[in-house]
Amino acid sequence: MTLTFAASKYAPAPAAAKPSTSRKLRRTLTGWAFAGPATLIVVGLSLFPAVWAFFISRTKWNGIAQPTDIGWANYERLAQDPDLAAAAQHTLVLTVLFVPGSIVLGLLLAIALNQRIRLIGFYRTCIFVPYVASAAATGILAGYVFNPQFGLANDVLRRAGLPAQQFLESPRQALVVVCIVALWGEVGFTSVVYLAALQDVPKELIEAATVDGAGKWRVLRSVTLPQLRPVTLFATVWQTITALQLFDLIYTTTRGGPMNSTQTVVYYVYELAFQTRRLGYGAAVAYILFAVTLLLTALVIWRSRRSGEEAF
Amino acid sequence: MRRKVLPFSAWHLVLMPVSLIFVLPLVHMVLASFMTKAELNRFPPRFIPDGLHLDGYRRLFSESHILLWLGNTVLVAAVSVVAHLVLCSAAGYGFARLKFAGRGVAFAAVLATVMIPIQLLMIPTYLMFARLGIVDTLAAAFVPWLASAFGIFLMRQFFLSLPVELEEAARIDGCGVLRTFVSIVLPLARPALATLAVFTLLSSWNDLLWPLVAISDDHKYTLQVGLASFQGMRRTEWSQLMAGNVVATLPLVVAFLVAQKRFVATMTMTGLKG
Repeated sequence: MTLTFAASKYAPAPAAAKPSTSRKLRRTLTGWAFAGPATLIVVGLSLFPAVWAFFISRTKWNGIAQPTDIGWANYERLAQDPDLAAAAQHTLVLTVLFVPGSIVLGLLLAIALNQRIRLIGFYRTCIFVPYVASAAATGILAGYVFNPQFGLANDVLRRAGLPAQQFLESPRQALVVVCIVALWGEVGFTSVVYLAALQDVPKELIEAATVDGAGKWRVLRSVTLPQLRPVTLFATVWQTITALQLFDLIYTTTRGGPMNSTQTVVYYVYELAFQTRRLGYGAAVAYILFAVTLLLTALVIWRSRRSGEEAF
Repeated sequence: MRRKVLPFSAWHLVLMPVSLIFVLPLVHMVLASFMTKAELNRFPPRFIPDGLHLDGYRRLFSESHILLWLGNTVLVAAVSVVAHLVLCSAAGYGFARLKFAGRGVAFAAVLATVMIPIQLLMIPTYLMFARLGIVDTLAAAFVPWLASAFGIFLMRQFFLSLPVELEEAARIDGCGVLRTFVSIVLPLARPALATLAVFTLLSSWNDLLWPLVAISDDHKYTLQVGLASFQGMRRTEWSQLMAGNVVATLPLVVAFLVAQKRFVATMTMTGLKG
């Protein structure tokens, strides 16, 4: 389809055509033959459905019968939906715990992993392995480790002389436990990214600072950390997207429970669409979250542009 | 010249316990898969099983379609990786080196898709799959992974970093665009292709959401959906669940240990050029 479109645009050769017209047409066809298929798949699987989702969000639809157009009614309902407010709050808590956690832990681990000591390869492997395991498997494993009756976590608490906890079965603890498990699985990523960035910090800079009399701590604070800023910005955006879209882990640990205490916006949309089959309302919820994240991302990028970073 | 043996460092006191936190749960998972039900339902929990009990595996294999799911996952991952390599490297080359009408718009559209979150796509994609007639087929699991904006971008950046002289020389010698691409450029792109393959393998193997949404026939499940549904039915059968986890995780962990450098390079590349 793309090919014929591109061709027809150039097919009627103007009378005063330069001799290069047919070559130009061939170049365009060749270009689209290379770039077209992947572009068509990527755009067809995201931009097109994203536009479609907007039309769905203005209907009442169970996915089987004919959808009825109800205008903005879904969006009006959003404001008074206590479940959505709770889901948004859970998403926010998760993001606020997860993003700084993975940045700070990732940086600290990277500094430790950047030392030239024995076994360093072994340590690097250990910290990265959980990242390879799927979120689904990690979630099932977490259900076992944090099992209130037989789990390893309560055994550790018992040895430390602390009382046993309900963890994933407690509405007050479940979200924090999910966040800890997510950090366990994802922090390998930020550490490796930071490790690579640390190894790219020019040696001359560090030597110069040392010659000028800066101690190790001072070098880290005044030389290394400023050099890491673009990576930090990238990692922050990447991990924010990860936190906002966290689904697999919640599905295999709590399925949104207990008492909806781990129901995030993504999970809420999933439930609306595929459990209670309210497709129109689900699409409206998804659209609102999209608008909010777009605004936040724009804000982060705008602020970083202003302070002169170039990570994007 | 041999380096001197490094002296003991205080960093070990930090790194040793931290590494254990990351790796012990996985060891625990493997060991628990060899325990009997009585051993598992005991507090305080045992870490080392008192023998290699295969009960969990035996029942996992007889009561679920785990081998079928493993086969489905291998197929989905293989199709995704091959399609990704072919389509994204071609598109990346097109965007990096070929000049054609609509290139700027097309590339901008590809980049813009990164902003669209998964929850927005869930509903319309499912409906689209339904119209295409691929709900309840393995295609629903691999179609979302045939190509990606990330892959196109990664390959484009890589091709841009190659010196253009080699390609020009090939063109002067009479090679067509396709010939130049296949026999000159692609062999140079091995590191980027390996990175892309690793990334696609991880994402498609570990994906839960798309197959969960689009596949309800348990013969068509991938490992992740299979595990999740098995978990839904047998919440307390820990030896079977841990055995399932081992089957689903082990192939990737082994692949990781074998090709560790490549995995880490992948993450680094995503980080620095993403």
